[in-house]
Amino acid sequence: MRPKKAKKIVFKSAEEMPVMICSVGHQTHNLTGAWRNIRPEIDRSKCIKCGICWKFCPEPSIEVVDEWPVVDYDYCKGCGICAEECPAKCIVMVEEQR
Amino acid sequence: MKKVMMGNHALSYGAMLSRAQVISAYPITPQTQVVELLSEMCSDGTLNAQFIKVESEHSAMASCIGASVAGARTFTATSSQGLALMHEMLHWAGGGRHPIVMGNVNRSMAPGWSIWADQNDSLSQRDTGWMQFYCASNQEVVDTVIQAFKVAEALMIPAMVILDAFALSHTYEVVDVPDQGLVDKYLPPFKPAIKLTPADPRAFGGLTGAEHYMELRYKLETDMEKAPALIEETGREFGKIFGRDLGLVDPYRCDDADFIFVTSGTAGFTARVAVDELRKSGVKAGNLRIKVFRPFPFERVREVLGKVKKAAVVDRNCSYGAGGIFYQEVKSAIYGRPGMPPLIGYIAGLGGRDITTDSFKEIAADAMAKDRAEEEIVWIGVKK
Repeated sequence: MRPKKAKKIVFKSAEEMPVMICSVGHQTHNLTGAWRNIRPEIDRSKCIKCGICWKFCPEPSIEVVDEWPVVDYDYCKGCGICAEECPAKCIVMVEEQR
Repeated sequence: MKKVMMGNHALSYGAMLSRAQVISAYPITPQTQVVELLSEMCSDGTLNAQFIKVESEHSAMASCIGASVAGARTFTATSSQGLALMHEMLHWAGGGRHPIVMGNVNRSMAPGWSIWADQNDSLSQRDTGWMQFYCASNQEVVDTVIQAFKVAEALMIPAMVILDAFALSHTYEVVDVPDQGLVDKYLPPFKPAIKLTPADPRAFGGLTGAEHYMELRYKLETDMEKAPALIEETGREFGKIFGRDLGLVDPYRCDDADFIFVTSGTAGFTARVAVDELRKSGVKAGNLRIKVFRPFPFERVREVLGKVKKAAVVDRNCSYGAGGIFYQEVKSAIYGRPGMPPLIGYIAGLGGRDITTDSFKEIAADAMAKDRAEEEIVWIGVKK
């Protein structure tokens, strides 16, 4: 999982900024999970622990914990690629109730 | 060592002598021979570089950006529609501060389909955060590529080295090829402060909010403002080693001139011949060739213009609805300053039509008959 509690980097002046904009924490602090309309839910009774969802997640928001795939909902945008690619059909996209 | 070579190969030699490490390019007339020779140099071992074959100019620039961020000295070359297809990636290279050097052979934009010279391709990329050097000889092409790497890498700003289609690209001239050992002394290996390596993974160019974006652009502009002095300093250093100074502008007989042409590219050398002929007929003429267009050499242009009575800016380009682009920029450089002469803007030589000494004499006659510009554009050589 990404270090969500990392301190947000804010430069006080242009001088202290790097010339190339890189590694300023935008991927940590921008919680893209708020964009999600449908969420992936994994049915462990059908999961074969193949890791294909982990490999295909473009964000990447699927971590393998004790061999099981776990979705990081702080960053998952709900694209559905994991559900599409899962050979065991154990991932269902469920509408978010907000 | 002196060699007879075409302008396209002058770009290739410049990249070779600069020891470019990654070259990615896609062929387009009249640039094709630049990358043909470089691919031969890579395959026969003359140049120890990776040559990346790609399916378009957009991908060529994208792969140059990737190689540059990984710390490689990177070169590519293109022309006209190919440069236009790179447009998005030019912003990535400029805004991302990747010091790529690119050759661009100035060729008119289609339609009508054309392979001949004018400057609308490169001038359309004016605001992408690239330096632009307009060359007037094959010697200047080789020398400028080497200097461009030095300046680009010092400032982390990419640079375009530009030459006219056919008038230089396919024209053979004698070139004094700089000695490799001396080039190595002038241009040491590229060592960026930050680069992408597996040992230090980073994300480059990611989301940048309103709290940072403006400072990024402020830094690009203020670093670009350091470029004129650095170009002159490295140009003098080049002169000490190789005997040829490289500057921002190239004034010719301007010191005692009443009337000058302001030119760029090969037209700037034709103008010298016209100046000599005008002087024989009693006109105290001169020529100011602008070599570096971005950053714009405000100080040097003002110094020369402040001493003359009238100037004719000759553009091989047109910003439709506003006129010649160099004309607009020279006007803005002298606006509101006392002692500046009236400027008159001329458009000539679009789509490869020749700009001859007679064209310059026609321009001089027209300009000298007017007190000030009566219209935004005076067209030279149009069959009206």
